Amino acid sequence: MRKSRTLNLGTGSFVLLGFAALFFLTTQTTSRGLSWFGPPHYELIAKFDNIGDLKIGAPVSMSGVEIGRVDKIDFDSNEYKAVVSLRLNARYDKIPTDSDASIYTQGLLGGKFIGLTAGGADTYLQDKGQIDFTQSAFVLENLIGQVLANFTKSKADEQTPTDAKAPAATDTKAKATEKTK
Amino acid sequence: MFKELWESFTDALEALGSVVHFLFRLLVNTPRALLRFSLISQQIFNSGAFSLVIIMLSGLFVGMVLGIQGFELLQRFGSEEALGSAAAIGLVKELGPVVTALLFAGRAGTALASELGLMRATDQISAMEMMAVDPILRVVVPRFLGGVISMPLLAAIFSVIGIFGAQLVGVQFMGVDSGSFWSQMRAAVGLSDITEGIVKSMVFGVACSLIAVYQGYYATPTAEGVGRATTRTVVTSAVVILFLDYLITAAFL
Repeated sequence: MRKSRTLNLGTGSFVLLGFAALFFLTTQTTSRGLSWFGPPHYELIAKFDNIGDLKIGAPVSMSGVEIGRVDKIDFDSNEYKAVVSLRLNARYDKIPTDSDASIYTQGLLGGKFIGLTAGGADTYLQDKGQIDFTQSAFVLENLIGQVLANFTKSKADEQTPTDAKAPAATDTKAKATEKTK
Repeated sequence: MFKELWESFTDALEALGSVVHFLFRLLVNTPRALLRFSLISQQIFNSGAFSLVIIMLSGLFVGMVLGIQGFELLQRFGSEEALGSAAAIGLVKELGPVVTALLFAGRAGTALASELGLMRATDQISAMEMMAVDPILRVVVPRFLGGVISMPLLAAIFSVIGIFGAQLVGVQFMGVDSGSFWSQMRAAVGLSDITEGIVKSMVFGVACSLIAVYQGYYATPTAEGVGRATTRTVVTSAVVILFLDYLITAAFL
């Protein structure tokens, strides 16, 4: 009897330790934290033309302070827009209705996050409300494309017009300007 | 020459078939074995709790090595702060489950195989059959389940200790900022990474325990046969673990 008691005690503490480790992994090493029994929250929706590589769980910040996270990303096939659901801490419930949401990049090559800028309206966004003013993600590839196009264009100008590269270069330039429009 | 190749191929197929058959027998007996949980609990203690020391020590050193190597590498790109995420992802997804399974095969798998092999060699298994006690139900299934339950827990413990090992080297010795170590880790590790690690260690748990009890149960009942069964347990487990690791990683990508 004594022996089986120490044995069960050992097994029990081993299993407990294992589950404590699992708990630590899921709550402390991921960004999820204790979100399912976390602080009270409410939801806002914002529609973007292009969200770049914004991920679920990305932070939502206002003046640099994290006030929530991206909860869900959907595609609206009627408007051809990305629908992003934001899950905000209920403490920050005074966001004016004319606030705008933009997608920024952390550092040069870091992940994307959503920054909210407060508007001046007296009414505040309610749960399930929509942020109307949005600004798409800044896509690095587009910018590189434009820089390259400009670069090849200025090179082409230096060379004689008989150069075979010149028409191709102006072509890309035309495309790039089209995009910026 | 071709005939020999063909024969070894059919032998391998036959072995695979009998392992699958054995697994099926174990699974059929599992519900009844669960009724006597004290037997399983004892085996969790034997293969899980006794492996704890080796798992924790190895986890600590693997984490410390990751910390020092990762720091050296990341420093070249001036991004030492990413050490936390690199170490955590490496440990949770890959090193935790795989190294734990390899150590488990060496520590607990060999013990299972030689124990069962000796039982077979000393006719204990035949004696049980004579007494109308099903040796599969009474002896094999509890050992199998003990291993299956222990493995994910051991892998989780390994990963946690490893992360603290990396933190020890990176933050305490090398001077990475503690805040960015943890916050970068939290930003980079997703719940899917943890799930992948858990799925891996569960599959490895089944594979390792199955190979160990199979080799032990069907060992040639001589001293030499038990020795060979033990060796085969380690070799087969290692190869199967690494092969399955590749398969699961590819499936999760």
